[in-house]
Amino acid sequence: MPQTKAILLDFTRCIGCEACEEACAQQNHLPEDPAEDQLSWKNFTVVLETQGQYYRKMCMHCVTPTCVSVCPVGALEKSELGPVVYDPHKCLGCRYCMMACPFQVPTYEWHNPIPVIRKCIMCNELVENGQETACSWVCPTGATRFGDRDKLLGIAKRRLAAFPDRYVQHIYGEHTVGGTSVLMISGVPFEDLGFRMDLSTEPLSELTWTVMSKIPNIVITGGILLGGLTWIIQRRMDIERENIYDSEDKQLPGGKHDGEGGGA
Amino acid sequence: MSTMVARFQDWFGTLSVRRRVAWVVVMLIILQGFYLTGRRFLIGLGDVTNLSNHFPWGFWIGFDVMGGVALASGGFTLCCLVYVFGYHRYHSIVRPTVLTAFLGYLLVAIGLLYDLGKYFNIWHAVIYWNPHSVMFEVAWCVMLYLAVLFLEFLPVVFEKFKMSKALRVMQKVTIPIVLAGVILSTLHQSSLGSLFLIAPEKLHPLWYTPILPLLFFMSAVAVGPAMVIVESCFSSRLFRRGLELPILADLARFLQVALLLYVGVRIQDIFVRGIQPELFTLQFETINFWLENLLFIIPIGILAVRRFRQDSRWLATASGMVVAGVVYNRLNVSWTGMLRASGTTYSPAITEILISLFLVTMAGVAFYFIGKHFPVFPDIDEGEVPQRGCLNPEPMDNENQA
Repeated sequence: MPQTKAILLDFTRCIGCEACEEACAQQNHLPEDPAEDQLSWKNFTVVLETQGQYYRKMCMHCVTPTCVSVCPVGALEKSELGPVVYDPHKCLGCRYCMMACPFQVPTYEWHNPIPVIRKCIMCNELVENGQETACSWVCPTGATRFGDRDKLLGIAKRRLAAFPDRYVQHIYGEHTVGGTSVLMISGVPFEDLGFRMDLSTEPLSELTWTVMSKIPNIVITGGILLGGLTWIIQRRMDIERENIYDSEDKQLPGGKHDGEGGGA
Repeated sequence: MSTMVARFQDWFGTLSVRRRVAWVVVMLIILQGFYLTGRRFLIGLGDVTNLSNHFPWGFWIGFDVMGGVALASGGFTLCCLVYVFGYHRYHSIVRPTVLTAFLGYLLVAIGLLYDLGKYFNIWHAVIYWNPHSVMFEVAWCVMLYLAVLFLEFLPVVFEKFKMSKALRVMQKVTIPIVLAGVILSTLHQSSLGSLFLIAPEKLHPLWYTPILPLLFFMSAVAVGPAMVIVESCFSSRLFRRGLELPILADLARFLQVALLLYVGVRIQDIFVRGIQPELFTLQFETINFWLENLLFIIPIGILAVRRFRQDSRWLATASGMVVAGVVYNRLNVSWTGMLRASGTTYSPAITEILISLFLVTMAGVAFYFIGKHFPVFPDIDEGEVPQRGCLNPEPMDNENQA
């Protein structure tokens, strides 16, 4: 597996300056709306505050993304470097990605007659050119940090071990839905920040793949069974009809003919 | 122009008062439908729907698509009974049933165009494949099964225009087409349930189960005969024609068995997953669960009584309840069962409901015109007086003794 890039969010270091929001809006040409407290077509990330701690919401860039697995046309893709990217030209707007995302990240342009999905793409162009994301580059305190996933995971673990009373002992995204490329550590319990702690540690795509992978079998076995069933039933009816004719024939004087293919 | 007006007046004048009112209402629904269609496609989804980022699927998916597909299941269940299992006594109701299914699927496909943001890309599933996606399966099933239903209906068109050669060709390939239809329907009905397997953290446990695809398929098999009965009763009134009561009473046996199987599996699934406490908690979801499932359980009771099974009024009531129950189930899965975890609220905008009403009305009007001008019903040209309209039980009493 190639080394994937990731973002580490250390909420205890966030000072709520919202520089990441601004940088994100500039990079992605968004009409940033500072009043917005939810992800939307205007904001790919938002900075919020709960229990005296600032925190950020953004696309988690799952290692095995649900949205990628559910998109019927492959408009969403996990790039080799880690970002989950989106091709609006393929998209048909079914919004299954929005329905399926366990983090409720993808948003839609409801106001637009020809809408597209809007979400953070981890500054894919910059990352491909060996640069870091706009939000991590601009962060003055290192609360948002860009790097290799393994290394960031190591940093997070060291911080949790070094300051056990400053942090909740959980790295959000280490295993959540099979792991994410955005890792989060916090001083406030994640539930209180609105992050679900009851999510599976397995990728959600397994749930539908167990059904989808059986389809070729269903088609082939089902086709043969149904075809065979039809043949047997039709044949029995044919034979029944012939038997009726035969018994009628016997009663007619001198008329007995062999039923075609009666037995074998 | 004046002759057209005169012809219209002639035609309108022959109608009963009730039919005149019905036509005016239909015209009003269609007019507002055109207006709202314009708003949907020129201004956007936000203008006519209450959908939001945290609730991206609403009434159109739950009712038009999931309800529409389920109610079109009469097409494959009846074709399977007639052509696979050899129940040729149901032959006379195959054509109206296939027409209902075909129009139902057309409604689903057109409803999807309203719901899809980039509807003009609907064909992309043909060229960009993602076999991991249930939606990919759904897209292919809609396309292929719509084609199959068209082929199944084609003989009616050939017969109308007396194309006997084409008709003979179609008769030769009937069985393969029917088998393809049965398999595609099995896949499609179940896949609409599979869609929700991806959201264990969003769908309420009263509905989320790993066997959701099986439950969707089984309820679709049950609603097939129910829909045939409802549609037969409806068209017997619409076209003022006789009702095939003995056939429908016979079909009701299948309906009852299918209902028993479905409810049995549903109950067993709840106990296997150990969520029976949810059944008796006073909450929004539990109320919906019971209302939904009473619409399956009560018909089992009604159909268990032989006298009711052979009475068109009871038959229509029981079948109507099953139809409502399946629609309720689809709405619970896609809407009410998803609400709590979404962290937001959603109820369909009046404009969403009006557009759905418009689409259903268009399908109804198409059914009326095709039923009137094509050889769909065996006795339609004879202009029979309704001997036994569905909701007109008087002449039934003799029948009940049989």
